[in-house]
Amino acid sequence: MSLETIWFCVIVLFWLGYLFLEGFDFGVGMLLPVLGRDDTERRVLINTIGPVWDGNEVWLIVAAGAMFAAFPSWYASLFSAAYLPLLLVLLALIGRGVAFEYRGKVDSVRWRRNWDRVIVIGSWIPPLGVGLLLTTTVLGLPLDAHGNRVGGAFEAVRWDTLLGALAVVGFALVHGAAFLALKTAGELRERARTFAVRALPVALLPLFGLLVVVQWGAGALWTLVALVVAAVAAVTAWRKLVADRDGQAFAALGVTIAAAVVTLFGALYPDVLPSTLGAANSLTVANTASSPYTLTVMTWVGAFGAPAVLVYQGWTYWVFRKRISTAHVPPVHTP
Amino acid sequence: MDVLQLARWQFGITTVYHFLMVPLTIGLSVLVAGMQTAWVRTGEQRYYKMTKFWGKLLLVNFAMGVVTGIVQEFQFGMNWNAYSRFVGDVFGAPLAMEGLVAFFVESTFLGLWIFGWDRLPKKVHLACAWAFSLATIASAYFILAANSWMQHPVGAEIVNGKPTLRSIWAVLTNNTALAAIPHTIAGAFSVAAAFLVGIGAWHLWRKRRSDDEHRSVWRSSIRLGGWTGIVAFAVLAITGDTQGKLMFEQQPMKMASAEALCHTEQPASFSIVAIGDVTAQNCEDVKTFTVPALLSFLAHNDFRTEVKGVEDLVTQYQAHYGTNYPDDPALGELAGKPIDYVPNLAVTYWGFRIMIGFGAISAGTGLLALWLTRRGRIPEGRWFPRLALLSIATPFIGNSAGWIFTEMGRQPFVVVPNPSGVDGVWMFTAQAVSRLSTGEVWTSLLALTSLYAVLGVVEVFLMRKYVRGGIDGVIPPEHNDEEGKQALAFAY
Repeated sequence: MSLETIWFCVIVLFWLGYLFLEGFDFGVGMLLPVLGRDDTERRVLINTIGPVWDGNEVWLIVAAGAMFAAFPSWYASLFSAAYLPLLLVLLALIGRGVAFEYRGKVDSVRWRRNWDRVIVIGSWIPPLGVGLLLTTTVLGLPLDAHGNRVGGAFEAVRWDTLLGALAVVGFALVHGAAFLALKTAGELRERARTFAVRALPVALLPLFGLLVVVQWGAGALWTLVALVVAAVAAVTAWRKLVADRDGQAFAALGVTIAAAVVTLFGALYPDVLPSTLGAANSLTVANTASSPYTLTVMTWVGAFGAPAVLVYQGWTYWVFRKRISTAHVPPVHTP
Repeated sequence: MDVLQLARWQFGITTVYHFLMVPLTIGLSVLVAGMQTAWVRTGEQRYYKMTKFWGKLLLVNFAMGVVTGIVQEFQFGMNWNAYSRFVGDVFGAPLAMEGLVAFFVESTFLGLWIFGWDRLPKKVHLACAWAFSLATIASAYFILAANSWMQHPVGAEIVNGKPTLRSIWAVLTNNTALAAIPHTIAGAFSVAAAFLVGIGAWHLWRKRRSDDEHRSVWRSSIRLGGWTGIVAFAVLAITGDTQGKLMFEQQPMKMASAEALCHTEQPASFSIVAIGDVTAQNCEDVKTFTVPALLSFLAHNDFRTEVKGVEDLVTQYQAHYGTNYPDDPALGELAGKPIDYVPNLAVTYWGFRIMIGFGAISAGTGLLALWLTRRGRIPEGRWFPRLALLSIATPFIGNSAGWIFTEMGRQPFVVVPNPSGVDGVWMFTAQAVSRLSTGEVWTSLLALTSLYAVLGVVEVFLMRKYVRGGIDGVIPPEHNDEEGKQALAFAY
């Protein structure tokens, strides 16, 4: 396998890590008003992701940074073409990040309610935007010979990219509910599980709709296999939720998103951002890759860095492995 | 304004704003890790309370540093896509390394530190604090290596019209970076030092009549801040001098405009303040109080040497890099127009002076604080806490001025040509910008600026609240429920 292909796979892996990890913490944020009936319950929900959401978010930063280093033109064309959707994602992530940190810093109902709103909005918008962005890179844009967007500011917003936006939101919603079923105890857990069971069949429809569209357009046999795996995993997740096996359901959803990502990016390869104006303008792995030297350097850094990340992030999840419930939340303490 | 100007304003605003949070995070995280180490080693309550109090302020601040940092990474692709395409092969690598090697550590171990107080063994928890704080420095290292490459490109050569990385080692050990990194880190420590001195002095004054453990907490904080500030200033001065000498070699125009030095002089005198109109962008109009021959010494360690002035440099730059912009439609209005090689004089001249001046004031306060608290003394007067509180602003201003000087001083280049090394690697800022509609960039400029303004108010409000709350505000009451303690000792 060439270095370029390896780096394509690495970037896909970073995006997958992001969708998997921040997927569930977005889901928790989205479900805050749905599952959390009072302030204590909402605090429990937020604290299931408290120690880890920030580390999860770094996957986005590294995915973007790796695109910049390994395929600069891919990063440059995609990020400038989807300018306004990305801006919305940034604004939402800014609000969400400070909201987690600040919501408990003043003991006032109004203060917390306002920051909770920011968390909810900030958890809905980024998956929409990231879904749109990733679908755009798979399905392409009108790009001129320099890789710049032709047309208006909303060129990246189309019915098929919106389907991708809904796909990631739907996945995050179910993934978040399954995570909460796994991480909470008592009534909250039951509520989260029931929600996941009911929502799953509907919420994952856009994802499978998107996969079918992509497979139909540019799929190969092996991406079809991945699609089938995704479908089987989704059904398994649903059955495990019904059978009260939270951990297995959560893992099955992980397999779903992994297989879905394989289908999407497998169909995309060797392009990285196709031009809808003609294949000559398409960005490909070959015409956007950095020099072999740069890729070699990055490979060394990645080969040591990435496993270390998996180890210490895994350790974090282990340290905070206990289920939490309303009985565990310490009293509010502010000066 | 056109897209170029808007994108520059956005970059300037978001960068300076981001850099209000970052230095405090860097400086404070190391100092807090030190306080926690003292607590783990001695078991003294004083150190535990210091760790808790300053740690809380660190957290309020860190959240803002992270979220504004994401904007920094994204806007290269969004606003500066031509730049990203041109330099990606070289510039992307340190940026990606920052994420992979440093930022992951930072975010993960901070989570462990915040929530791990009762879940982790004491020493493991302390190790998390150190992992976090050292990773903030590693972050700074990679980002500054990337920035230094824009100031002084090394380790690359032009292949097929683009810089191609030849040696990552050269990029990571760029002499510009090796001078900029300790300078910037020291700037970060001076921010944290001013925080400790200012807030510590105010609390100490409030507790001056009592004789309790609170007082020892604040006195220790002031002493730590004072020493940190003085050491930081010494490093700032030494590395600043090194940076200056490098810049006379690498970016002579930046230094000439920092001095408003019109004509080449031998020996050249150093300007203290200007009384002319620097904003007129014509340095002939500027009359300055000068110290004879000092500039020659600062530039070359020799009082008799020649220092090139702006006018001579313009001729020199025109000969090397052309008199007019290329006739490229991507440059918009600027295509084919003459290139203005002189950076904004008012900004570079005053930026340089404000940086040095405010840095010195900050160190002065630290020195004063050490004197007033010598041998167990407690300052009695009201003037000192007031002065110390005001002085919190000085290193922030110094840092911002330093960055504005560094970045504005390299215009019209975004990648400054390296006169002593790599051939042909440079880029004009005008060539770097994305081809977007002004509406798009206006939207992001306004949206980000307003959100930053609102969050700035919130952060200051929370900081004040926690500062006023003192130690009692950050030590949680005992959580008696044993089972609860097992699962969560701290919750948002």
